[in-house]
Amino acid sequence: MPKGSFRGGVHPPENKERTAALRTVVARRPSQVVVLLHQGSNCPLTPTVARGDHVRMGQKIADTEAKWGVPSHSPVSGKVASIGLVRTAFGAQDQAIFIEPDGEDVLDESCVPVDNVFSQPPEKLIEIIREAGIVGMGGAEFPTHIKLSLPPKVEVDTLLLNGAECEPYLTADHRLMVERPRDIVRGAQILMRAISVMRTRIGIEDNKPDAINAMRDAEVSAAGVEVVPVKTRYPQGSEKHLIKSVLGREVPPGRLPFSVGVVVSNVGTAAAVSDRFDRGLPLIERVVTVTGSAVATPMNLIAKIGTPASELIEACGGFVGEPGKIIFGGPMMGMAVPSADVPTGKGTSGILVMSQEESVAFKEMPCIKCGQCVDACPMRLEPAFLHQWSGAGLWDEAEAYHAMDCIECGVCTYVCPSRRNLVQAIKRAKFEISARRRAARERGGK
Amino acid sequence: MSSLSALLSMGAMGLIFGLSLGAASKKLAVDQDPRIDQIMEVLPGANCGGCGFAGCSALAGAIVSGDAPVTGCPVGKSAIAEKIAKIMGVECAAAEPKYARVLCRGSREHAAELYDYRGIQDCRSAQITGGGAKVCTYGCLGLGSCVAACPFGAMSMGDEGLPIVDEALCTGCGKCVAACPRQLIELRTASESVNVVCKSHARGPEVRKACSVGCIGCGMCAKNCPEKAIEMIDNLAVIDQSKCTRCGLCIEKCPQKCILDFAASGEAAPISGKKAAV
Repeated sequence: MPKGSFRGGVHPPENKERTAALRTVVARRPSQVVVLLHQGSNCPLTPTVARGDHVRMGQKIADTEAKWGVPSHSPVSGKVASIGLVRTAFGAQDQAIFIEPDGEDVLDESCVPVDNVFSQPPEKLIEIIREAGIVGMGGAEFPTHIKLSLPPKVEVDTLLLNGAECEPYLTADHRLMVERPRDIVRGAQILMRAISVMRTRIGIEDNKPDAINAMRDAEVSAAGVEVVPVKTRYPQGSEKHLIKSVLGREVPPGRLPFSVGVVVSNVGTAAAVSDRFDRGLPLIERVVTVTGSAVATPMNLIAKIGTPASELIEACGGFVGEPGKIIFGGPMMGMAVPSADVPTGKGTSGILVMSQEESVAFKEMPCIKCGQCVDACPMRLEPAFLHQWSGAGLWDEAEAYHAMDCIECGVCTYVCPSRRNLVQAIKRAKFEISARRRAARERGGK
Repeated sequence: MSSLSALLSMGAMGLIFGLSLGAASKKLAVDQDPRIDQIMEVLPGANCGGCGFAGCSALAGAIVSGDAPVTGCPVGKSAIAEKIAKIMGVECAAAEPKYARVLCRGSREHAAELYDYRGIQDCRSAQITGGGAKVCTYGCLGLGSCVAACPFGAMSMGDEGLPIVDEALCTGCGKCVAACPRQLIELRTASESVNVVCKSHARGPEVRKACSVGCIGCGMCAKNCPEKAIEMIDNLAVIDQSKCTRCGLCIEKCPQKCILDFAASGEAAPISGKKAAV
C-alpha cells in the first residue's frame, strides 16, 4: 500500500474542472433566509427572538441548554418574518426561523474580534467557539466544541486539518485553501491552543497542487504546521482514512480519533474559527459549490447560511434543461433534496444539480456474490452480508458484522454491479441497532 | 460364534443403559404442571409472539404461573381464551376481539407525493433516509412494511397504495402496528368501529396541500357530536370510544370525509373481506 493511502476505496470521475479554477464570489443577498432550529447536532434549539423582532447580522437568535447544541445566529440583518415549519434536506419538516433581510447588514455589537487569543485559557477558547455556533463544515455538522473538549486522561498530540475534499464535483474547500490559506493556518493555531498540541498536519489530495502550494506558503509562518499531500482516492476525506494516510495510525472499530491522539477538523472549520477570533463573525456564511451538468454557470459562492438552494442556483444562471436531481453535498454522500426551496445549512458544502439523463434509476438486482463491495469497502466490512441481515431484520447479526463501523461513504453502492441499495440497507441497520442500544441503556438506567 | 458374543454384549449393554436411563428418568423427573401441555394443545402454535412472550409454550408457562391472563393469546380470541379458562378452572370474561385498523386514507389518488422514491421498498428504510416521499409527514408511505410483517396473511397492498386488512384473517396480534414507522395502525374492537382515519397534526392549509382526505382540524365533528365524544387535540379529531354511540353524525358532518364507520362502510373504507359481526 503506497504511503498516503488506505485499503479499498474508489476513484470516481472527479468532475471538479468546471469550478476548481474559479474564484469564490459573494452571493447576492438572499430575499429570505431560513435558519433551521435543528442545526449542527440533534439538539433542537429554542428561538431567542420572536416574530416581528428586528435582528442584526451575527445576533444570536436560537440557543439550547443541551451540551451538544450550538447556537444559531442571524446571517443577515432584518425582520423575523415567522417561526414555523420548513422542509429540510432530509425530507422531514423541521422548525425554522424565517428572516427577511432589510439590506443594511448591520453587524451586532456582540461581534467583536478577540484580543490576546493566545493568552486565553483553552476552556475559554472552546467556549467562544461554541458561542460562535461553529460545527464541522465538511458535511456532518458535528459540534466543534465537543470535538475539542477531550475527556480527561486522553493524550492528543496532533491536530489534523482535513483538506482532502475527496467528493467528486466539490471545490469549496479547494478554493478556500487557495484563497484564504493564512486564515486556515491562523484557525489551526487557535485550535491547537484549544486542545494544547504543538503539531498540525494538513492533509490535501494530490489532485489540488495549487491548494498544496498555497497552504505550504502560508504554513511557513507557523511553527508545527505542515502540509501532507495524500493520494487522490475516495473516501480520503473520511477522518479515519485521513489519519491512516497522513499519520499511519489506525483508529480501532467503534473508537474516535482521539483514541489515537488526533483531533480532525475540516479546513472550512478552521477558517470559521479564524473568522470568529479575528473578524468577530460567528458562523453565518460559508463557501458552497454550485455545480452539475444542469447548472448554467457553475460557481463557488460565499453564501449566507439559510439561503434557499433555488436562489443560489439562480445566481449561477439557473437550470439548463429540466433538472433531474438536486443533491446537497457531493454525489457520493450527499442527500437528494425534495425541492429547490430547501435552505442550506452549516454543513452544505455543495449543491449539485444533475440532469434527467444522469439521474437514472436502476433496478435492484439480486446479489451475485462477486465480492466487489467487500474489496472496495474502506472500512473492511462486508456490505453484501450487511444488506442481507438488514433486509431480514437480523439486527444482532448486522451488529456482529460491524454495521456500526460503516461510514456511509457509498463506495459499495458505487461498485455494485447489481445496483443494490447497500448503503441504505446499512443505514437502516445502524438506525435499528442504535435504537436498540438506546432502549437497553434506558432499561439499564431504571 | 463371534456374532453371538457381539449380540450378547450389545444386548447386555442395552439392558444396562435402558435400566439406568429408566431409573434416572424416575429420579431426575421434573414436575411440570400438566396444564402447560394442555394449554399448549389449545394454543394456535404459530409462535407469532403477538402475546409478548417468546412463542406459544412461553405463553402457556406464563398463564399457568399467573404471569399472563387466560386471554393472553390475541390470536386465539375468545374461543381459545374460554378453553384455557376451563383448563385453568377460572371464569373468563368474553374479551372482544381486536382488529388492525389502518388510520390513513391518503391513497395515491388523494395524497400528493413529494419526490420519486427509488430506494429499498420498505417504509422504515424510506422514512429514515429521505423522510418519506409523501408531502404529508404523517400519512401512509404505501411500501407495505405492515403487509410484510403480518404473519397471518391478513394484509395486502391495495391498488391505491394503501394496505388492506382482511378481518377474517386478522388476529389482532399487533405485528403491523409495530412495523409501521408512522404509527398509523391501531388495534380496535369491532364495536369501536367509528374512527378518524387521519393522524395528521398539521394545520388545515398544510393538510389541504398534502392530501384531499386529511383531517383539517375544523372541529365540525366535535361540535356536532351529541355525546361529546370527540375532542380536538392539536389539530386532529380524537374519538373517545367509550362515549361513542356510533350514531354517524360526525361521519355526515366531516367535510374531508375522514371519519369512517369500519363496520358499516363498504367501498370507502380501506378494509375488505368479511365484516365482523357486531
